[in-house]
Amino acid sequence: MSILVDKSTKVIVQGITGREGTFHAKACAEYGTKIVGGVTPGKGGATHEGWPVFNTVQEAVDKTGADTSIIFVPPPFAADAIMEAADAEVELIICITEGIPVLDMVRAWEFLQTRRSRLIGPNCPGIISPGKCKIGIMPARIHKEGNVGIVSRSGTLTYEAVYQLTTRGIGQSTAIGIGGDPIVGTNFIDALDLFNRDPQTEAVIMIGEIGGNAEETAAEFVKSRMKKPVIGFIAGQTAPPGRRMGHAGAIISGGHGTASEKIKAMEAAGIRMCTSPADIGETVATALGAKASV
Amino acid sequence: MKIHEYQAKAILKKYGVAVPRGEMVENREQAEAAAKSLFNAGASGVVVKAQIHAGGRGKGGGVKIAKSVEEAGDIASKMLGMTLITHQTGPEGRVVRCLLVEETLPIERELYLGIVIDRAEARPVFMASQSGGMEIEQVAEENPDAILKEYITPGMGLEGFQARKLAFRLGLKPEQVNQAVKFMTGLNKCFEETDSSLMEINPFITTSDGRLFALDAKMNFDDNALFRHPDLKELRDITEEDPLEVEASKYSLNYIKLDGNVGCMVNGAGLAMATMDIIKYAGGMPANFLDVGGGANAEQVTHAFEILLSDKNVKAVLINIFGGILRVDTLARGVVEAATKTKIQLPIVLRLEGTNVEQGREILQQSGLNFIVAETMKDAAEKVVAAAG
Repeated sequence: MSILVDKSTKVIVQGITGREGTFHAKACAEYGTKIVGGVTPGKGGATHEGWPVFNTVQEAVDKTGADTSIIFVPPPFAADAIMEAADAEVELIICITEGIPVLDMVRAWEFLQTRRSRLIGPNCPGIISPGKCKIGIMPARIHKEGNVGIVSRSGTLTYEAVYQLTTRGIGQSTAIGIGGDPIVGTNFIDALDLFNRDPQTEAVIMIGEIGGNAEETAAEFVKSRMKKPVIGFIAGQTAPPGRRMGHAGAIISGGHGTASEKIKAMEAAGIRMCTSPADIGETVATALGAKASV
Repeated sequence: MKIHEYQAKAILKKYGVAVPRGEMVENREQAEAAAKSLFNAGASGVVVKAQIHAGGRGKGGGVKIAKSVEEAGDIASKMLGMTLITHQTGPEGRVVRCLLVEETLPIERELYLGIVIDRAEARPVFMASQSGGMEIEQVAEENPDAILKEYITPGMGLEGFQARKLAFRLGLKPEQVNQAVKFMTGLNKCFEETDSSLMEINPFITTSDGRLFALDAKMNFDDNALFRHPDLKELRDITEEDPLEVEASKYSLNYIKLDGNVGCMVNGAGLAMATMDIIKYAGGMPANFLDVGGGANAEQVTHAFEILLSDKNVKAVLINIFGGILRVDTLARGVVEAATKTKIQLPIVLRLEGTNVEQGREILQQSGLNFIVAETMKDAAEKVVAAAG
């Protein structure tokens, strides 16, 4: 088992004819992901790299039976692409696009409340269930199938955590990047809840960063509901206040959203916190105890 | 993106939000002329306000009242060119380059209005409080119930009943409520149409003759939405920004200057922050935050390198790259090119992992340049801190 995606997941790519869309569609397909087609308005009917291209998501879903979409549409049009996918009843929408105006996301988020789709992202690396399915931009070869779930606001820091696990012989059930924007579709609690119920997952790494209070509310969830060990790290312990640290959502504003507040809340919830990002793998190994084998 | 108070007020005026009469000036003559026309129009006094991108100007001596044209001129000539230090500028302060000369008003009450995006609710929240003049964070800390909130339903704006609710709870007089509704709905419309990320009217005042005004105005725009607001983009004042940060923004590099001596270049915001953290953990201090992004090319890496090296505090450089989209060989080529071009003498510690890492390492080895190669993040941090001394 894994969460959200597996070998049967059928994926369309919104923005498949673009450079990024093409590159990553191929990389995902090479990994074994069932990419069944793509959408580029105005290029419907064409074939791109062997995949059928459709004008609308609805048409793509009707013709291919896709249940999942990955979005590589440029920022001005990405929120619209999310809503289009939700309207076509795509179950899982993964939006990679970085730089969507926040008020566009406010509208898309509101729209999603009236539909049944789950959104991951935007501004995220996507999702991977090693050995089964990769829908995202992460480097595949660092992953290994196993029993640790990862949920993170950061892309490359997730790769770092995965790498530390894999080099210790510890595999991953699913790694989800929930994205670095202020408004995201799937939050820590959603992901933790799914990992909690997934029989394959035995421990979860939660990687947060400065800005907002999603980590604090997730800590409450961990304390009251989580049955599996959670290992945590918060990036931005040295970040200055009032500055946006690369991610649109990574900002300490009005003295709130600091790393120390988050670390305190997470520690109080029983999460095993790593002070240094280099300790993530080791802390997981300790948490898993004898189960870790090199 | 931040803008000045005078720019924010000019925008607000277009949305029917009442602001005091006034003019932006850049020298004594202009200040006197502005004051003269305000006095001629019946103002009992004028206020001269330093225009910098930071709050707390009053306490720092950046807001002064003048009773005559000459006094306004005197204040203006003293204020222009001064370095204004407030709790928001940091100890280095900001040089005052322009002023706003405005009419004074008979203030009766000082209130607060603000709009921000509530991340957890995924929508804008309109806030109001009776504690005008105080920072909203302080009010939130000391008396959170004193902040009145109305959430904006996406696509609908601030409804009349919401504005009325706020107006009555602020204790405005019945005859002021319609004026307040117009003020608040105008403010919200402005927030939405300009893709603001933050808007604050602090204080929002009532006058002894019953009128309402935005006495101060702070407005920040969503950088990601500027592509659809070419007019607002024009309002950027780069003299308010760090020159190296301005340079970095030309090449779409996320760079923030800090106080330490270990320069760092990383791909991805989270990993870049974590790299700063681990430098500190190893006993050093980061000189900057620098995220070269996922799709960086050799040219961008070269520019990133040049920016790092123009910071004279930098004694050693740590390059930590986990190549996913950004291939390690691309980065390595950029580093070699930049190191050769800039004739760098500083120690460079590299920690590379990810796509095409073998080719990347080979490029570095064959370059004949003296790089220190590290295996893990921890190893890299320790090596670079030792090298920075």
